Amino acid sequence: MEYVNPEGLRLDGRRFNEMRQIVAEVGVVSKADGSAVFEMGNTKVIAAVYGPREIQNKSLQKKNDHALVLCEYSMAQFSTGDRRRQKFDRRSTELSLVIRQTMEACILTELLPHSQIDIFLQVLQADGGTRSACINAATLALADAGIPMRDLAVSCSAGYLNSTPLLDLNYVEDSAGGTDVTVGILPKLDKVTLLQMDAKLPMETFETVFALASEGCKAIAERIREVLQENTKQLEYRRAA
Amino acid sequence: MEGRLANMWRLTVNESKFVETALQSELRVDGRGLYDYRKLTIKFGKEYGSSEVQLGQTHVMGFVTAQLVQPYKDRPNEGSLSIFTEFSPMADPSFEPGRPGESAVELGRIIDRGLRESRAVDTESLCVLAGKMVWSVRIDLHILDNGGNLVDAANIAALAALVTFRRPDCTVGGENGQEVIIHPPEEREPLPLIIHHLPIAFTFGFFNKGNIVVMDPTYVEEAVMCGRMTVTVNANGDICAIQKPGEEGVSHSVILHCMRLASSRAAATTKIIREEVEAYNRERSLQKVKRHPTLAKSVVSGPTVVVKEEHRKSSDQEKAAEISREHVERLKLSSEELRSTKVEEVAASPTNFKGGPSKWDPYSEAMDVDSLKASLASKGDSVTKSSSKKTTNGSGNAEKDAEMSVEEVTGDLGKKDTVEATKQNDGEMTLKDAVKPKKKRKNKNN
Repeated sequence: MEYVNPEGLRLDGRRFNEMRQIVAEVGVVSKADGSAVFEMGNTKVIAAVYGPREIQNKSLQKKNDHALVLCEYSMAQFSTGDRRRQKFDRRSTELSLVIRQTMEACILTELLPHSQIDIFLQVLQADGGTRSACINAATLALADAGIPMRDLAVSCSAGYLNSTPLLDLNYVEDSAGGTDVTVGILPKLDKVTLLQMDAKLPMETFETVFALASEGCKAIAERIREVLQENTKQLEYRRAA
Repeated sequence: MEGRLANMWRLTVNESKFVETALQSELRVDGRGLYDYRKLTIKFGKEYGSSEVQLGQTHVMGFVTAQLVQPYKDRPNEGSLSIFTEFSPMADPSFEPGRPGESAVELGRIIDRGLRESRAVDTESLCVLAGKMVWSVRIDLHILDNGGNLVDAANIAALAALVTFRRPDCTVGGENGQEVIIHPPEEREPLPLIIHHLPIAFTFGFFNKGNIVVMDPTYVEEAVMCGRMTVTVNANGDICAIQKPGEEGVSHSVILHCMRLASSRAAATTKIIREEVEAYNRERSLQKVKRHPTLAKSVVSGPTVVVKEEHRKSSDQEKAAEISREHVERLKLSSEELRSTKVEEVAASPTNFKGGPSKWDPYSEAMDVDSLKASLASKGDSVTKSSSKKTTNGSGNAEKDAEMSVEEVTGDLGKKDTVEATKQNDGEMTLKDAVKPKKKRKNKNN
């Protein structure tokens, strides 16, 4: 199947280095300390952050003077085409672990000892790139909750089909059997926190795809910053200072 | 790894400071270089597809089994590969029995990605009947001792087990070509899996905010490190999978450096694995199973398995049956049920006589030399056929041939015992086997 036609257009009309449309909104779950909805094309994810609050389960605490970060990733059963069998399978467990560790790297946990920060991620619509959308949503929600972070954690995915590196794969491109590289970076510090790759790639091709994904991350970081600044302006306006 | 408070082992501040300070001077606590691996030993078990890997103190066992199942609806022509990890509580006080924890699931998925997504194991060759019956290969990894770096050790265990695994041969037959007949190993040589390449995992530990990189971290180093990354590469220079699950951020250059390190070591580790497997296979082929024509067949139609046994009888067989019975008692071999039931059935009620090309039916255990010579004379041409086939048998058989006329059965027993210790079908190897014309079937499904 042809994923990139000779003119360089993909199945949904994008070019190889174009991302899907991003729509982000902050403060959607009223009960949560911070929340956000993040859409990348058809992938829609909602994140809710509760914290810092008292530790519920002391046995989970590993580092004494640091906050405990818990994360739960789940896909709604209606998020994919066919109704999903179970909400919590091995993939969800792995992604919860991965996202938790990504966010832990960017939260200043040493400023909130003996407390717990809960991040709940729910995928409402899955069309490829759910873990990237979840990390971006979590970043927005954490910022909305006022939790101190050393940088914004942003994530984007890229792949390689028809001998072309492609940015931000959707579900059809992802299930084509080519590779899928998900990168999570801290843009200001220029550090890579998350890196996952599956399927085979020669080394040089990987470097190209990796670079493309990092570029995509930087673009998302810009967008997230805009959204947060807009949100702050709104808060200021409502305060009517 | 989560664990109950009482089970958690925490690193003392002294120890962690010591490890970190030593690393800043490029010294590791166990004296290795930054990129050195611990000693790797690969052993294999009795069964096909079982392996035991030791990487320093880390001890992992891998088992591969296969089963005929219905394929997934969206992949009717492919078999499946699934990996199950078992973090035994004996490996680490923080492992709990029951449902696998986060790290167990993560380990399983890393290995799964390396094997399945990179198409290391050919799943299309596992298809028997498109849309109805495919082989489902299951890899079980048991962690016996957690000395650090479980991913690498478990990965090698999985690979070693996969490469030495043999699945039963099966043919499609029956009335309408819809029945699948599984041939037991006594009848047809089991087949290896088709493995295109070996994806080897290399784990890196990051220290000092991502500035210091270490390969193959030990248990203590894992507790100290601030981040890790697993790169799965194969000897062809392809990167099969990468897993850097969050934690400390590192720069792009460090990541590419790690990948280059991994690529450069892939060839060496692949060679070690292949050498061990070769040695094992050579050893195994010296104790080859003798093929018996159509002893027992399992006919599979749908999920239920019906085992049918067919008997073949000739005048020689009756004589053989009597002698074999007394030989069985004399030999007092720990009987595999198959063999003992065979003897009983042969003696009890011969039902169908399946005619066919003259075959020496090695149904009984042993024969005395005279009757052998008599039958040899009568089956002159089949023996010549067998002699050409004898060269394909292991050297153990050739030995037997030479000694056949002189040796007693008891002498043979000694050899048989040692051989039997390793394979359940070796009991079939008797004096008779040395003589019988073997029709070595080609392993083709037709």
